[in-house]
Amino acid sequence: MYAQMVDTGAKRVRSLDELSPEERAFQERIDADIKIEPKDWMPEAYRKTLIRQISQHAHSEIVGMLPEGNWITRAPTLKRKAILMAKVQDEAGHGLYLYCAAETLGVSRDELIADLHSGKAKYSSIFNYPTLTWADIGAIGWLVDGAAIMNQIPLCRCSFGPYSRAMIRVCKEESFHQRQGFDIMIRLCQGTPEQKAMAQDALNRWWWPSLMMFGPPDADSVHSAQSAQWKIKILSNDELRQRFVDQTVPQADFLGITMPDPLLEWNDERGHYDFGPIDWQELFNVVKGNGPCNRERLSARVKAWEDGAWVREAALAYAEKQAAKAAKQAA
Amino acid sequence: MTTDRTLFDYLLRLADSDLILAQRLGEWLGHGPVLEEDIAFANVGLDLLGQARMWFAYASEVETRMNGRGRTEDELALLRDGGDFRNLLLVEQPNGNYADTIARQFYFDVWHELLLTRLERSADARIAEIAAKALKEVTYHVERSTDWIIRLGDGTDVSHARMQAAIDVLWPYTGEMFTADATDRALTGDGVACDSESLLAPWRERVGAVLSEATLTLPSAEWMQRGGKQGVHTEHLGHVLAEMQWLQRAYPGAQW
Repeated sequence: MYAQMVDTGAKRVRSLDELSPEERAFQERIDADIKIEPKDWMPEAYRKTLIRQISQHAHSEIVGMLPEGNWITRAPTLKRKAILMAKVQDEAGHGLYLYCAAETLGVSRDELIADLHSGKAKYSSIFNYPTLTWADIGAIGWLVDGAAIMNQIPLCRCSFGPYSRAMIRVCKEESFHQRQGFDIMIRLCQGTPEQKAMAQDALNRWWWPSLMMFGPPDADSVHSAQSAQWKIKILSNDELRQRFVDQTVPQADFLGITMPDPLLEWNDERGHYDFGPIDWQELFNVVKGNGPCNRERLSARVKAWEDGAWVREAALAYAEKQAAKAAKQAA
Repeated sequence: MTTDRTLFDYLLRLADSDLILAQRLGEWLGHGPVLEEDIAFANVGLDLLGQARMWFAYASEVETRMNGRGRTEDELALLRDGGDFRNLLLVEQPNGNYADTIARQFYFDVWHELLLTRLERSADARIAEIAAKALKEVTYHVERSTDWIIRLGDGTDVSHARMQAAIDVLWPYTGEMFTADATDRALTGDGVACDSESLLAPWRERVGAVLSEATLTLPSAEWMQRGGKQGVHTEHLGHVLAEMQWLQRAYPGAQW
């Protein structure tokens, strides 16, 4: 999940009877699965929540380029280097689609970026963990992109047209990312004992943070209910998390590596895997800014933006000069 | 006369310049001045990396002909030491600020396009084929770096000063693109390679025209650095290789 704990401004979900006629008509459209488009009337809280959710998702793509970009220059083969460059480039592209989708709601990309840099806007907690070995690039594709897809496939059906269409494009590329990550893991697990140990170590470090990507348990999540009503959240945090565990455990078995969870066990009665308790304190801490790489990630983004200011200013100045010349010629 | 030895050496020059420049561009990814630039430079880097791989593949075939076994692209890229690298000194220069990166790219792109246009007609069919494919990509690279030279040169006072400084600093690394050594001469005689010296006039003309539109001055310094094509590099290459080759060297023989 690239958007976690998105605030909807709601304390509880109101029933249809409690809504104004406009709000009621809006909710009825959503209930009938008719997409909301940027020019349609929408409640202010819906608009604000979507801006928060979509921009958080966009920021996650952009910040997410950093941990993976960390290995482009050290990729072990030319083929892996090309794949990784293409993948990180895709993420920049996803960021772009998503910023554009958010802009249809009446904010500018610059405002959204300013909110990221000031710390007001969040991005997914997962990107505050370090990529220490090449196996981490495999684990990110396999687990992090795997978790992202789990969340984003349902969002292809979300109520807001531009977001839903962006998700359809993003998901196509994400599934390629997930496969390339798993392919790295296969190669490592079939490799030397050192490579296999590298794969196990990456799984140990990325497993729990990946489960946290889906957000806090449903019971603690007021905002989820409102988002579900608006169909900008289709499945609950716990449902998605369970699906992810059920899908991923057999893949780890195939690789011959083990989840770092002694309580993980198939439950015949439920038809799902049971898993151990998640350390929510860790998630809240990382979201607050106290993860292993929060400071580095944000300062890398701010540095890129500040170092690039003169380039953006120059491009703008040049465009203005050209426009002035064209106007003069036309006159 | 063209021998497999000289052909192999020539192919490595083409491959290595593409590879090292792609490696440098890879360093930018995620740190560019605006998202669209991250995407664009990733594209250029990917093109160059793809071209390097095509040249390596052909070099490997030639080496097989010579020695019975040709090294793979990864062995060639990741297990040779600096003295065996044949790239231009220009491409190993650090990224610096955006003007430095753009100046390096522009000097290279204009030369690259001229070179590939000639190699497209090489007497060696494989070279002609790879050059034709690469040329399609490089035509776009030239367009893009030209646009940026003009924008930054004719943008603000700050960007103008930075662009001019970058143009001046990198200038002495452009000379070796146009000097021919024994390898060049051997292959040029057979129509396999093109006469490097003959690329100088059109290159200067093109670069001069763009710099003038960008309100920048074409440097007049005559003295030029050299050595890349013969394997004598600047101090920067060793660091590029230390980073790029590290995993292959730390885990010898492992498959990734």
